Amino acid sequence: MNAGRHMRHQLKKYIGGSRMAEAGCIIMGIWILLAAAVPLLWPWSYSEQNAQICNQASSLIHWFGTDRFGRDLFARVWYGAGISLVIGIASALINGLLGVLCGAAAGYAGKWADMLLMRAADIISSIPSMLYVILLTLVMGAGIPSIIAGLCVSGWIDMARIVRVEIRRMRDMDYAHAARMEGTAPMRILLRHLLPNAAGPILVNLIFLIPQAVFTEAFLSFLGVGLEAPAASLGTIIQEARSQMMLYPSQMVYPLAVLCVMILALNMVGTAVEDRIGDRREETE
Amino acid sequence: MLRYTMKRVLTGVLSLFVLATVTFFLVRLIPGSPFQRGGVSSQVVEAVEEEYGLNEPMLDQYLTYMGSLLRGDMGISYQDPGTEVAEIIGRAWPITASLGITALAAAMILGTALGVIRAVAENRALREIISAGSMLAAGIPSFAAAILLMLLFSVKLRMLPASGLLSPVHYILPTAALSLYPAAVISRLTGNTLRAELQKDYVLFARAKGLGKWRTIFTHALKNAYLPVLSYAGPASASLLTGSFVIESIFTIPGLGREFVSSVTNRDYTLILGLTVFMGTVVIAVNLLTDLLCAWLDPRMRRAYREEDV
Repeated sequence: MNAGRHMRHQLKKYIGGSRMAEAGCIIMGIWILLAAAVPLLWPWSYSEQNAQICNQASSLIHWFGTDRFGRDLFARVWYGAGISLVIGIASALINGLLGVLCGAAAGYAGKWADMLLMRAADIISSIPSMLYVILLTLVMGAGIPSIIAGLCVSGWIDMARIVRVEIRRMRDMDYAHAARMEGTAPMRILLRHLLPNAAGPILVNLIFLIPQAVFTEAFLSFLGVGLEAPAASLGTIIQEARSQMMLYPSQMVYPLAVLCVMILALNMVGTAVEDRIGDRREETE
Repeated sequence: MLRYTMKRVLTGVLSLFVLATVTFFLVRLIPGSPFQRGGVSSQVVEAVEEEYGLNEPMLDQYLTYMGSLLRGDMGISYQDPGTEVAEIIGRAWPITASLGITALAAAMILGTALGVIRAVAENRALREIISAGSMLAAGIPSFAAAILLMLLFSVKLRMLPASGLLSPVHYILPTAALSLYPAAVISRLTGNTLRAELQKDYVLFARAKGLGKWRTIFTHALKNAYLPVLSYAGPASASLLTGSFVIESIFTIPGLGREFVSSVTNRDYTLILGLTVFMGTVVIAVNLLTDLLCAWLDPRMRRAYREEDV
């Protein structure tokens, strides 16, 4: 489809040539591959307990060692990384979609729709979001859907604000007027002409939404209001290692390292794309 | 400007109302009763719930609560009978606030210093190191940083205490963990905006008329470059002042965040509500003050606000 090709073209334009973005993408590729392949191919399961091999150090058999229930940590860490990524990407996409829709509606319609949506955004964003994520996961019960729902309470607002400003800026440009005079429907103008031109800021925000969500999810699971056993994200695994961090710090260091590298790689891609857009802005101004 | 301020205050009050309402009903949706304990019979639970008026229709409870909230009465904690919610907040907030202010000051000083160095350093390697370092620091979740710091300095080196907030030394680790991320963001913002600012004509003019390099930076350029930093620091300080749930629970600091987490696990309805409303008020007030401060510093922004009013 046209939009798909446009997006691919945009991606190449923003990422190609930047060593930081490329490094980030390569790391993310490896991380996704490991998160997908390890649970399928690794001889040890993430949930199988074995009292004979508790708290083992790293070895050739158990690369990251085992936890206090004798579960293989390499399998657990990558399974957890997969869960963290699924939550991060799913909530980023939902938030992105919500934000783009609300922002575009507010920016293009103006007047009362704008007022209503932006005041709602003000109200939601003035509420400490962590409170809501915690309360919502408690009300809906532990699990991936409730975490994603919690992350979507306020996650869309930044995106909505950015898109609104972009759309408002472009609404009165010549090409938008021209399209309007040709009799193009407002929806089509928005989708075909205005939003593609806002692709850069949308893309940057979307990329940054993923590490934010991964971060918040890890934090929630760490507090113990996240997932329910045997499901585990990186936050859960870090939390489980906490009780014996004095004796076996390595059980905590491995999942922490995997998490930090994941967030770092996503931030690298986001920052590189952001810088690229900033440079282009300066050129056109 | 006055109209804008009024509008913001009004929105703030409305936000608090929505916040209190949603939270009121949300906490009652959490499964479990505040008085459910192992070994307590259901008759006892019902009797206690009746005493606290929890068996009345939800709407009546809501109206009673909102009525007393308007009079400034946040009620009595369910878990700690006889202790007012306001008293618990009064005890916990100074602890959280002192830590938050320390962390904010540390982040501002460190972040600005690194940002200025990154913007003016001639040495490319130094610039790259700072920018890589700030990205690394922004990528580490605060709880991960807290644990790593604790493992290194308290467990391995035994140099710093790992829990409590008794003496200034106790502040070092939680402050470091809390300020790492904001410091990284501030250094990035300062560096980027200052570099752009230094290209401008008035800087060249100031240098041409003989003003020293550092005077130019600190009296002219930094002032203009600081606005994005301020508009970031506002919300950041709001979140620092309301406490970090994780940092407080890792370092066992009896602040607001820890009170909140324990109030949620205890289903202490009045305390959850009181804390939420209080934190909401702080966040809204700080954000409003930041926006007003930015408008006061930048005439362009003041004009934008005025136009938005029309």
